[in-house]
Amino acid sequence: MSASILVVDDSASVRAAVRIALTGAGYRIAEATDGADGIARAGGEHFDLVITDLNMPVMDGLAMIEAMRAIPAHAGMPIVFLTTESDDGMKARARAAGATGWLTKPFDPDQLVKVARKVLGR
Amino acid sequence: MNVPDQSPAGSGPATPGSGTIEVLTFGLQGETFALEATAVQEILDLLPETPVPGAGRFVGSVINFRGRVIPLADLRLAFGMDPAEPTADSRIVVIEFASGSESTLVGLRTDRVHEVTILPLESREPPPGVGMRWRPDYIRALFRHDGEFIILPDLDAIFTASPPRVGTTLRAVN
Amino acid sequence: MTVDPVDTFRTEAADLLEQVEQGLLDLMQRLDDDELVNAVFRGLHTLKGSGAMFGFDALAAFTHHCETAFDRVRRGEAPATVALARAVLDACDHMRALVDSPGAPGQQARGRALLDALGQAVAGAGGGAAGDAGAPAATGWHLRFSLPADAMAKGTNPLALLKELRALGDARVRADIAMIPPLEALDPLALHLAWEVDLTTTAPRAAVDDVFIFVMDTMELHVEPLPEQDPARPAQAAPPAPGPATTGDADIAAPADASAQRWSRPDENVRVPAARLDELMDRVGELVIAQSRLGQLANARDDLPLRAVSEEMERLSGELRDTMMVLRMVPVGSLFARFRRLVHDLALDTGKPVELVTDGENTEVDKTVIERLADPLVHLVRNAADHGIEAPESRTAAGKPATGRIRLSARQEGGEVIIAITDDGAGIDRARVRARAEEAGLIAPGQALADAELLQLVLEPGFSTAARVTSLSGRGVGMDVVKRTIDSLRGGIDITSTPGEGTRIALRIPLTVAIIGGLLVRVGQGRYVIPLATVEECLELPHERDNRSRGRAFVSLRDRLVPFLRLRELFATGTSPDPHQKMVVVSTGTERVGLVVDQIIGNHQTVIKSLSRLHAGITTFSGATILGDGSVALILDVAHLVASGQQQEAQLRAAG
Repeated sequence: MSASILVVDDSASVRAAVRIALTGAGYRIAEATDGADGIARAGGEHFDLVITDLNMPVMDGLAMIEAMRAIPAHAGMPIVFLTTESDDGMKARARAAGATGWLTKPFDPDQLVKVARKVLGR
Repeated sequence: MNVPDQSPAGSGPATPGSGTIEVLTFGLQGETFALEATAVQEILDLLPETPVPGAGRFVGSVINFRGRVIPLADLRLAFGMDPAEPTADSRIVVIEFASGSESTLVGLRTDRVHEVTILPLESREPPPGVGMRWRPDYIRALFRHDGEFIILPDLDAIFTASPPRVGTTLRAVN
Repeated sequence: MTVDPVDTFRTEAADLLEQVEQGLLDLMQRLDDDELVNAVFRGLHTLKGSGAMFGFDALAAFTHHCETAFDRVRRGEAPATVALARAVLDACDHMRALVDSPGAPGQQARGRALLDALGQAVAGAGGGAAGDAGAPAATGWHLRFSLPADAMAKGTNPLALLKELRALGDARVRADIAMIPPLEALDPLALHLAWEVDLTTTAPRAAVDDVFIFVMDTMELHVEPLPEQDPARPAQAAPPAPGPATTGDADIAAPADASAQRWSRPDENVRVPAARLDELMDRVGELVIAQSRLGQLANARDDLPLRAVSEEMERLSGELRDTMMVLRMVPVGSLFARFRRLVHDLALDTGKPVELVTDGENTEVDKTVIERLADPLVHLVRNAADHGIEAPESRTAAGKPATGRIRLSARQEGGEVIIAITDDGAGIDRARVRARAEEAGLIAPGQALADAELLQLVLEPGFSTAARVTSLSGRGVGMDVVKRTIDSLRGGIDITSTPGEGTRIALRIPLTVAIIGGLLVRVGQGRYVIPLATVEECLELPHERDNRSRGRAFVSLRDRLVPFLRLRELFATGTSPDPHQKMVVVSTGTERVGLVVDQIIGNHQTVIKSLSRLHAGITTFSGATILGDGSVALILDVAHLVASGQQQEAQLRAAG
């Protein structure tokens, strides 16, 4: 069975771009619009990978990563965040919060698929 | 028996001044025995003993001495005395027993521990060869001290000669 | 709110181009700044990728060439030059045009001109050849890495990383398990492994680093070029080769120590003299006894707070004791790890390709045993490489793979750990062994010997079959040392050898100071420990069996007659048997014997203490252990008991 990936981003276009790239590579995609929505989705369904933006309304990515890492059921679940090249401070904070990896925006579909394969190992 | 001329000890220097030997004396069935004080590690209250089936009867059990398993010897048996129930005075004397290049800790069961004293070597007496109750080869030296005999046992001979108490092979089963 | 992603891309592309330009300008000032090279590369890479994603195909195609040029710089395949930076800088304006107004007239021609200039800049830099000269002539990379303990909890899958490495080339992966805590202290979510990987690949170092990009700054990663595999050429990165083996042992120890140091991690491991561990163990034993006295006192009093403290103390001292027990045990993997380097160096020195295979690294052996085994094993491995493995031509002629194989294996078997060194070499030449033994006066000329006896002769002092003296070892010079060491551990050495197929030397080491799982039983009033590894099953002895005559001490177990021994009689307890006698069936390999006991108390983690010299003549017991209440229990020597059972069986058969 193909791996399932939760995409958390408040921008519909980014979610769409991610969905197109990843479904093309054979992954199954679910979407959430902010951190709180992401936690809710992940609570009801198992995901092999979470890809999240950091700047989001309601609950930002950083808070979501921290919250997810505190939930035992999500232990070991890879979380990849989307960031910009310039924001090294944010990158460090997200990783300290428990993120597995990151992807620098903007990115191309190949990069995205490559990162997904990398953290999923398949 | 030949008594060594200078040091009666086979296991290291034991003479604080020349011509004397420092010993710990203890009692077994009314007799007084002595061990070189330098070999004595510790004096203990009795400990639970674990008999070792098949072991020689003089060293018939082991005890837990500070986390180490060490053999426990009963000199009574070597000297033809009857086994005795422990009393409030009973103690275990732990000594370092050197033989050859190796040394090992051994516990000795005693009825009571007397004192540490210095015996002049000139007070040695040859053990009476005839009419003695004990095997002469188990005695390294005999001292006369305050009107009584003090026996310095030959532990080497006792421990190595110790005959098996039960067969060490399993023939006994058949 | 909906934002057209294409608008977002345009904004970001403008930012990116600005960053790239800035980077290029800085680079012209500092051509050796790798960080700037990387920054420019990333900017171009992202621009290309995003462009393709949002339909800016012309931009993507054009940018690709600039990106490729910088990728080569980044990988060390080409130098960074001012000309290159200027060419790409010129290209930036064109990229901007491709973002803002793709398809504008004249763009293609402009693009071609820029790419020509770029091509010249790259060619002027000397292209690949100049860059290659600076790179190490490696056939791959040797990696050692460990990830932070929480890496898995944070979603990093080490297997995925290893898989990525394998995708780069042929990878030989070895896990370092030295940091795995005992089971009860094991956090299943934490990562306790480190890895060593020999990666045969033409991929650059950057490709290796890319694998670890997400964990790079929290992990420990050491990468060095894999030495040339051609054994005729000396390794560039090899540590100093052992000097000529003129004196033997002192030289032999050197390379093992050197490779051991590569593994030691001063921040995580502490070296403690074994004697201090012994002391600590003894103190813990005392503490347990003192605690049991305290417990008795506390229970005799109606003082609840005192009892509570006593119980807490009991728990703590018990845990301390358990911890102490495993402290001395070390997986033999830590020993085996030293031999990879040794075999590698031996292959270079002898000119014979040799590979080392290990298994059973998890087998635990007492630390002091490990330390004493190191030198004998070095010697045996050297012997195998030097004398066992044939020259590649001979091997090929004999239809064997040109590369010789030495296997180091360890396993626990009953009360022993068996460490075997197996080579697939020529085997031991019996005729030469015999000739040498006769010459050395070890045996009479023509003396009849069993094959095993003949092979054992190589262990005799002064024996040597070395027809030629090499710098590595003279066979026989150290074999008696090996024997002495194993003897001092109260072990044995088994040698088997098949001409043309190889030699196996197995060291059997008793678990004298080791910890074993034990079955605690009661016989009369005494408690005894049976090594759990030897226990096959426990059952109730059928009543009628026990009442049978003494001469018929057999029980039928699944159609097999198993002799049994009544330990109560063997130990002369002088007690009458419990009404329901239990039988513990133990075995060593194929032979079995039933041990009749009064009661089976349960499992007991057992620290084996050897009996003193005063009890050296006793074969029924392999040692003693201290129970939780501080008393001593003897450990049954199952091999001896089984042999006795067989003897008994044979006697009965003889008697008809």
